[in-house]
Amino acid sequence: MEISEQKLTVLDIQNVSISYGGDLAVRNVSMPIFEKTITAIIGPSGCGKSTLLRSFNRMNDFIENVEQSGKITLNRQDLYGAGVDPVEVRLRVGMVFQKPNPFPKSIFRNVAWGPTINGLSGDIEERVITALQQAALWDEVKDRLQDSALNLSGGQQQRLCIARALAMKPEVILMDEPCSALDPVSTSRIEDLLFELKREYTIVIVTHNMQQAARVSEYTAFLENGILVEFGDTDQVFTRPENHRTEEYVTGRFG
Amino acid sequence: METNLQGRPRLGEKLLEGSFFCCACISIVTTVVVICILAFETYGFFVEIPITDFLFGTEWTPLLQPKSYGILPLLCGTLMIVVGSSLVALPVGIAAAVYLSEYASDRVRNIVKPVLEILAGIPTVVYGFFALTFITPMLQAIFESTHVFNAASAAIVVGIMVLPMVASMCDDALQSVPDSLREGAYSLGATSFEVTTRIVLPAALSGIFASFVLAISRAIGETMAVTLAAGATPNFTLNPLESIQTMTAYIVQVSLGDTPAGTLTYKTLFAVAALLFTLTLALNLTASAVMRRFKETYE
Repeated sequence: MEISEQKLTVLDIQNVSISYGGDLAVRNVSMPIFEKTITAIIGPSGCGKSTLLRSFNRMNDFIENVEQSGKITLNRQDLYGAGVDPVEVRLRVGMVFQKPNPFPKSIFRNVAWGPTINGLSGDIEERVITALQQAALWDEVKDRLQDSALNLSGGQQQRLCIARALAMKPEVILMDEPCSALDPVSTSRIEDLLFELKREYTIVIVTHNMQQAARVSEYTAFLENGILVEFGDTDQVFTRPENHRTEEYVTGRFG
Repeated sequence: METNLQGRPRLGEKLLEGSFFCCACISIVTTVVVICILAFETYGFFVEIPITDFLFGTEWTPLLQPKSYGILPLLCGTLMIVVGSSLVALPVGIAAAVYLSEYASDRVRNIVKPVLEILAGIPTVVYGFFALTFITPMLQAIFESTHVFNAASAAIVVGIMVLPMVASMCDDALQSVPDSLREGAYSLGATSFEVTTRIVLPAALSGIFASFVLAISRAIGETMAVTLAAGATPNFTLNPLESIQTMTAYIVQVSLGDTPAGTLTYKTLFAVAALLFTLTLALNLTASAVMRRFKETYE
């Protein structure tokens, strides 16, 4: 694995295995997530990429019969250590889901919800405006902040969900196939947005769309059957893959 | 060779369709007939007794001299049962549903939910008996002035009776809130309590409201348990420890006696029933109107 320049490791995944009721979904994966970069996790359906992603902010806690081994650290703090509160983990590691899931509340209250319940300091309104601007949604909704979020289009809803995550000013944002339910125009808007966001945020994105991974990410991890086949610079993974399985997948010969 | 696309006549199918249509008609026809009879006899009652006397009178003594036809004591009795049973069933029902839907493990859920449904199938006369022999003595131990027949005992037992329905319906409403909303909330650093009270409950509001209205409708119409436990004294009182009579219990009382058809007493049955029907109908109409306004659509 060649890493062009040394960056600070925000999330460190060490020998992580995850199983559902005895079936291994993720097998002994180790990889770093570097600060202020976009890392893409690619691989065929059912390869465990979402499961792996959800372990970064303990969203697998809600699923019964999940067993996990190995270690994941956020700034050297063990996410699964004794006494660690998953709520605190999720305050620092935000998430955007496959399907837009705005709350049935107004646009404003969707973004303000996280900071309000967590009693975050500062002006809530300012936070909401900044988050909506960062999510490139402000111009479209500034005149109707009190409208229901459910009246927005799918692409707008997804950007609202990104704004909702940004309002928490998390250290890492996880995105689980954020464009899979969107049309090409909305998808390209979100990709543009990702370029802006990586100046300030560390982003991990799961995608089944290889062009998307190649376009937006600096690092790419290729997962197959729960095994991390290859991890490295996106350029290298797509143009000079070390593993022939990776080559077959990125050139579209299977998957 | 000629292609023949003419099918054979399907006589059986037509016959079946016709019989299904008749079955569908039966329910409509019965409803219409019931409403007509109700309206006709009620009209007969109001020809003899002015409607204002009926609605605002505070004495209900159609079986005693001097006769008096003020519905308020019966209405008040029914209201006490409704309010009392709601105080029991609504908070406990929601809490039970929240536990079942948001906190209980699958194993606990798979045991408790069927038990709730069994509870809903117990005949109401059993509940009335339970009130008389168990709840009333308990109330008497706490409040000495409690009558043998009293509103509180009946209200509590009606509350227990509708509780499984409220819990089960609220649970369904909570379950119908998509998990994606819960995940979204958790991913913003919410605790389970915050997710439940601020996201899931508000999103399930229309379903919860529907269960409340049904519970109240059932409490208004509940007959056997209140006849047994609340007594047959049309008292115009708000004291739950006294004996009262509800509208339904009055209908039972008169129906059991040998009241000749066509008399004024006989007609009171229909007047009371008409009011009962109007109340539940109004309740159901408000419910559907409010639910339409609150309804949020999810994918």
